[in-house]
Amino acid sequence: MTSAPTPPGFPHRHLLGIEGLSRPDIEALLERADAAVALSRQVEKKRTTLRGRTQINLFFEPSTRTQASFELAGKRLGADVMNMSVASSSVKKGETLVDTAATLNAMRPDIIVVRHHAAGAVHLLARKVDCAVVNAGDGAHEHPTQALLDALTIRRNKGRIEGLTVAICGDVLHSRVARSNIILLQALGARVRVIGPSTLLPTGLDRFGVAVFTDMRKGLAGADIVMMLRLQRERMNGSFVPSVKEYFRYFGLDGDKLALAAPDALVMHPGPMNRGVEISSEVADGAQSLIREQVEMGVAVRMAVLEALATHLPNA
Amino acid sequence: MAHPPLLLTNATLCDPATGRQAPGHVLVRDGRIGDLAWGAAPAAPEGAETVDCGGHVLAPGLVDLRAFVGEPGAEHRETLASASAAAAAGGVTTLVCMPDTNPVIDGPAIVDFVLRRARDTACVTVLPAAAITKGLAGREMTEFGLLQEAGAVAFTDGLKAVTNAQVLRRALTYARDFDALIMQHVEEPDLVGEGVMNEGEMASRLGLIGIPREAETVMLERDIRLVRLTGARYHAAMISCADSIEIVRRAKDDGLPVTCGASVNNLVLNEGDIGHYRTFCRLSPPLRHESDRLALVAALNEGVVDVIVSDHNPQDVETKRLPFAEAADGALGIETLLGAALRLVHTGDIALPRLLAALTTHPAKILRREAGRLAVGAPADLVLIDPDVPYILDKRRLKSRSKNSPFDEARLQGAALLTLVGGRIVFRDGGFA
Repeated sequence: MTSAPTPPGFPHRHLLGIEGLSRPDIEALLERADAAVALSRQVEKKRTTLRGRTQINLFFEPSTRTQASFELAGKRLGADVMNMSVASSSVKKGETLVDTAATLNAMRPDIIVVRHHAAGAVHLLARKVDCAVVNAGDGAHEHPTQALLDALTIRRNKGRIEGLTVAICGDVLHSRVARSNIILLQALGARVRVIGPSTLLPTGLDRFGVAVFTDMRKGLAGADIVMMLRLQRERMNGSFVPSVKEYFRYFGLDGDKLALAAPDALVMHPGPMNRGVEISSEVADGAQSLIREQVEMGVAVRMAVLEALATHLPNA
Repeated sequence: MAHPPLLLTNATLCDPATGRQAPGHVLVRDGRIGDLAWGAAPAAPEGAETVDCGGHVLAPGLVDLRAFVGEPGAEHRETLASASAAAAAGGVTTLVCMPDTNPVIDGPAIVDFVLRRARDTACVTVLPAAAITKGLAGREMTEFGLLQEAGAVAFTDGLKAVTNAQVLRRALTYARDFDALIMQHVEEPDLVGEGVMNEGEMASRLGLIGIPREAETVMLERDIRLVRLTGARYHAAMISCADSIEIVRRAKDDGLPVTCGASVNNLVLNEGDIGHYRTFCRLSPPLRHESDRLALVAALNEGVVDVIVSDHNPQDVETKRLPFAEAADGALGIETLLGAALRLVHTGDIALPRLLAALTTHPAKILRREAGRLAVGAPADLVLIDPDVPYILDKRRLKSRSKNSPFDEARLQGAALLTLVGGRIVFRDGGFA
C-alpha cells in the first residue's frame, strides 16, 4: 500500500454494519482493499500498520473461513491475533456476553472481531469495551465485511457497481449477508433484486427499495450479478421449504436459469456452498463464477477495515 | 379413436353459469360441446347418433370437491373404479380425491400413481388433492410446486385440520407463490375432543359428548386471519353452522380469496336424523341443529356457500357397526349427492340452476378447470337429470363397495338418467332407453 495515495480518513470507531456508512466511507474502504490485494499478491505480504496491537477474534458461532480471513488480515498488518471460540470460552460456563466483554476489555485488546448468533450482540459488546469492534456477523442482522468483499469483487470484475442489476437469491430471511449487501449495493447505485420463496423473505422487504421476486426465472432476467445465499440444512425439510429437491428445482441456480441473466452475468456465493441445493456444481465451478475470487477479496477487505479502524486507536 | 358425433335432442338445457333454463339441444363432438342450440333442434350431422332426452334436464356434470377413495391402501372400502362408477351413477363427472390414503398422497410419485390408476380404471375424471403436510402429520409442508406439476389440483390434510398456526402460515405463504389452493377441514381437534355429535340438548339427551360449533368457528376465524396475512387462496372444505357463515361472508366482503363448501348432509339433514344412534349419521363436521341447516341453505342461495360436496367417505361394517360413540365418522355420498341435494329444490328452498351452480360451475371455477359449463367448446361432461322421479333409496343397489349411506331407505326425488364424461356415455339408467 506504499504507492497508493492516502485514502480519506474513516470516520467511525467501529465497523458494526454497512448501515451508517456513507458512500465515500465505503469507497475509501474499497480503495484501501484494492491496495491490500496488490500487497497480498507479493511474496512479502507483511506490513507494520498494526505492530504491537492486539486483535481478538471472538467467535460465538463457528466459522472457519471468516475467522481464518480475519486472522490472516490481522497478521499481514503485523498485529498479534488471538482466536477465541465459544467452545473454549467461559460462555459455556454461564458467563453473560457483557461479563465476557468486560473480561476481555481488561486484557487491553485494540481490536475485537465478533461473530455472534444473536442480532444486536455485537452492538451490545461494542458499548462495553474501549477498543474498536468489527462485526463479523450478528444473527440475521449484518455481515459488513462480506458485503464489502462482494462489492470489491464486483467492482474489480465489472469496473463499476453503479447501474448494475444485482439479484440476491435464496434464504434472505435468515441472511445477514443479504441485509448488508442490500444496503451497500444500493448505496453505490446498483439496482437490487431479491429472489426467494415467500417463506424465506422477510416481511416489509419491498420497503428496502429492492424489487422482490418469488419466481426466480423472472427475477434473474437480465441480471448482471447473481448472488446466491446459503440455505441452512435445518430449513430444508418442510419448515420453510418442502425439500431439497423442490428448492433446487425452483430456486437453485443451474445453467438453465443462469442463461436467463445477462450473457456476461457473474455468479457469487458467500460460502460454504450446498452444491445441488442452492447452486449446481456446473455453475459453481463454471466460467461465470467468482466464488474463489471472493475468498481472496475477503482477506484484502478485512485488512482494509482493520487498517482504517487503526487510524483511531490511541497513539496511532 | 374418434367417436361419432352425438346429438342430445329434446332436452331442457340448464346452464348454471347464467341460470338459463329452456328447451334445447346439444351436439357432442370430439369429447366437447360442439354445438348448443336453444330452441329448435339443429340438423344432426351425418353419422351422428341421436339420444332423445325426453324433455329432461341436461346440465354440466357434477364436480365434487371432496371424496375419499380407499385406493391405495383401503381397497376393501372403495377403489377408484368403484368410486367412479358410483360417481357416474350420481351424475358426478369430476371428483377430487382426498390424500388420506395409504400411502398418503404427499409426493409427486403417488399423485402420478393415482392419475395412472384413474386413467386405467375410472370412468370419470379423478383429480387428486395432495396433502398440505407430509404424512398428514401437520408438521412439514409438502412439495407444492412439484405436486402441482404432477397433477395435484389442491392441497388439504383431508380429514385433519392443520392445527399448528405457524405451519399453516408458512404453508399459505408458500402456496401463494405457487398459486396453490389450500382446502382446510375446519375443525379444531382439541375442541372436538371426545365429541361425537352436535353439542346441545339432543346430545345431552342421548348421553353423547357434544362438539361445539366453536370447534369450527375458532379455526375458521384463525385461518382467515392467516389468509389476510398471506394472501393465499383458501377454501374452507365444509362449514356447518350459522356463525361460520358470518365469518366467511365478512372475509368475502373484505375481498379475501376465500371460498367455502358445505356437505350435502349438513344441507338436508340435522342432528335429529341421528335418531336412535344411527352411526351412518356420525359425521365430521357433525349434523347440526335445524336452525344451522336453514342458515346454510340461505347462505347457499345467497352465494356465501360456494359449493356443495358429497364428503363421500366409504366405511366398512367393522368401523360403523359399533356403538355410536365408538363408530368412525363418515358417510357415502357421491352417488346420492344429486338426489339428496334436489330435496332443496322440491322443498322450494332453492332454484334448480342455483343448486346446480354449487355442484358444477362453482367447484370447477375454484379448481380453475374448464368443466362445469354448458357452452360450446367446454368438455362434454354432461348429466341428464330427471329431477322429479320418486324412489326409495336401497343401499344394496349402490355401486360403492361400502354401504354406509345416511339416505338408506330415504324417499328421494330426482336422479341421473345419463352421464357423459368427455363425450363418452359412462352411465345410463336402466329405465332410460
